[in-house]
Amino acid sequence: MLDDKDRIFRNLYGQGDWGLDGARKRGAWDGTKGFIEKGRDWLVNEVKASGQRGRGGAGFATGLKWSFMPKQVGDRPHYLVVNADESEPGTCKDREVMRHDPHLLIEGCLYAGAAMAAHTGYIYIRGEFVRERERLQAAIDQAYDAKLIGKNNVHGWDFDLHVHHGAGAYICGEETALLESLEGKKGQPRLKPPFPANVGLYGCPTTVNNVETIAQVPDILRRGAAWFAGIGRQNNTGTKLYCISGHVERPCNVEEEMGIPLRELIERHAGGVRGGWDNLLAVIPGGSSMPLIPAGPDQCDSLLMDFDGCREKKSALGTAAVIVMDKTADIVKAMARISYFYKHESCGQCTPCREGMGWMWRVLTRMAEGRAQKREIDALWQVTQQIEGHTICAFGDGAAWPVQGLLRHFRPEIERRIDEYTRNAHLAETADEKVPA
Amino acid sequence: MAVRRLAEPHLQPASFTFTDENLAWAKTQIAKYPEGRQASAVIPLLWRAQEQVGGWLPQKAIEHVAEVLGMPNIRVLEVATFYTMFNLAPVGKFHVQMCGTTPCMLRGAAALIDICNRRIGHQYEVMADGKFSWVEVECLGACVNAPMAQINYDYYEDLTPETFEKILDEMAAGRTPKPGPQVDRQLSAPIGGATTLKETT
Repeated sequence: MLDDKDRIFRNLYGQGDWGLDGARKRGAWDGTKGFIEKGRDWLVNEVKASGQRGRGGAGFATGLKWSFMPKQVGDRPHYLVVNADESEPGTCKDREVMRHDPHLLIEGCLYAGAAMAAHTGYIYIRGEFVRERERLQAAIDQAYDAKLIGKNNVHGWDFDLHVHHGAGAYICGEETALLESLEGKKGQPRLKPPFPANVGLYGCPTTVNNVETIAQVPDILRRGAAWFAGIGRQNNTGTKLYCISGHVERPCNVEEEMGIPLRELIERHAGGVRGGWDNLLAVIPGGSSMPLIPAGPDQCDSLLMDFDGCREKKSALGTAAVIVMDKTADIVKAMARISYFYKHESCGQCTPCREGMGWMWRVLTRMAEGRAQKREIDALWQVTQQIEGHTICAFGDGAAWPVQGLLRHFRPEIERRIDEYTRNAHLAETADEKVPA
Repeated sequence: MAVRRLAEPHLQPASFTFTDENLAWAKTQIAKYPEGRQASAVIPLLWRAQEQVGGWLPQKAIEHVAEVLGMPNIRVLEVATFYTMFNLAPVGKFHVQMCGTTPCMLRGAAALIDICNRRIGHQYEVMADGKFSWVEVECLGACVNAPMAQINYDYYEDLTPETFEKILDEMAAGRTPKPGPQVDRQLSAPIGGATTLKETT
């Protein structure tokens, strides 16, 4: 288990003071000027050397992403945008960072700004997080008052930081949709290329990073890249905030090392699966967009919670939001509800997604009752593949994968329900379309 | 996607303008963005307009925001109908946004939805006394505190049918129940005490 001294978010549960004094006691804003003075290349290289991969879901190397920004600032200013539009079902980690450790995020923004020659940063927070937005704004005001950020601040890198908010659209967590939204438009993703590092916010070079990614940077610099790289496994370094929800005894957020076995994570911190480990049916390891992993010796029992560990089980770490389902869970209904989520949140721009989401939801809803034909299972599989990779953004993939995961591992369960429904068809009442609970 | 349209004409007020205070606030928001990029402030301004009206966005408010920002009406209408937190019809004094997505569903959101249906009525309908309205929303990002609901701006977490009914009772009686977890736990720490960070400040 990770030692408390190796944890970055030491006020994760809001047990201490979130303000500037409390943050300073926990080490924030210490040595900041020195790090900024070492220059842009040093900052990028230090983050590269730490091996940190983005904490927002895709797991792209942070230092590498920063290095894509133009080397010289031309007539277009550079922008840092922080993605705080945390909406992936199962995920509730950035919320804790923003309301309990906001100064780590603000300090990280200053480093990221200096590392990519940006003098302006925007934090895009989801609209529902009203109290978190107020808290973050209060912390930014503290930082301005203490001249830690802003023009002519004590650290020698002019940097303005603004909080911007959305109004309830999951898709705005996609980086180009977020930029569109920040420009005052509907949140509909842009085609890439051009990538935001060349043409981003207002057509200027922009880098979009997740809250947790940025908030880890101050500790990486203070304690050294080698410290961060020494935690976890190769290519999967550092610590991670895990959100454990669903059918566990004590759901919680916890910061742990990357690569912790799933079973240890759940049993040590979340009190174990309800009814014991043997009562486990499946987990979704990384937020609802990732395929589920069923219980079993080659599956959940040996799952290591990092990017490569989840990849080995044909899933992905995503945001490390572990949704646990025990044997009482109605797995088909649970996945149908996830499909409803994607139907509701599709931005409507690409046809395969706009039409496909509703199609998948309707079929899955019927399958949950068994009111379907077995050949429709293959048709559903085919539809997921026609959506995956055929849309502008990764939303289509993220909606197709969970359905593929269900079909890959629970096809016999769907067939069983169809058989049962067929056997009792003479008893069934009129089969109206039902909205899932 | 969902079809979202403006409220019926008979519900629409005849006019809307920002109060002086809100207009001054709007200028501070516009100042956050580079010159000529004032359209960026459209979501914050619509939000403030919704607050001024009392929880929803009439057509005149959308047009007023367009005027303040120098945007075509259709661009602002597009934004108002795209983002689901803009209520296009009146809501109750207490607007309950009940999370129904899978993590909450696994921990019993269905029972809470039943309560909403029984006590408040259909989604989007306002109770006759104007006190409550409700809507089922998608993941609100408090999954380790499931099931949960957002009532106006506050999150009420770790709900059971009993505690949820009590919260509604309290609100109906004009009191303000304490937001956050409704069981004995430190926010998102496990029930029974944190397994980490026991000694640090």
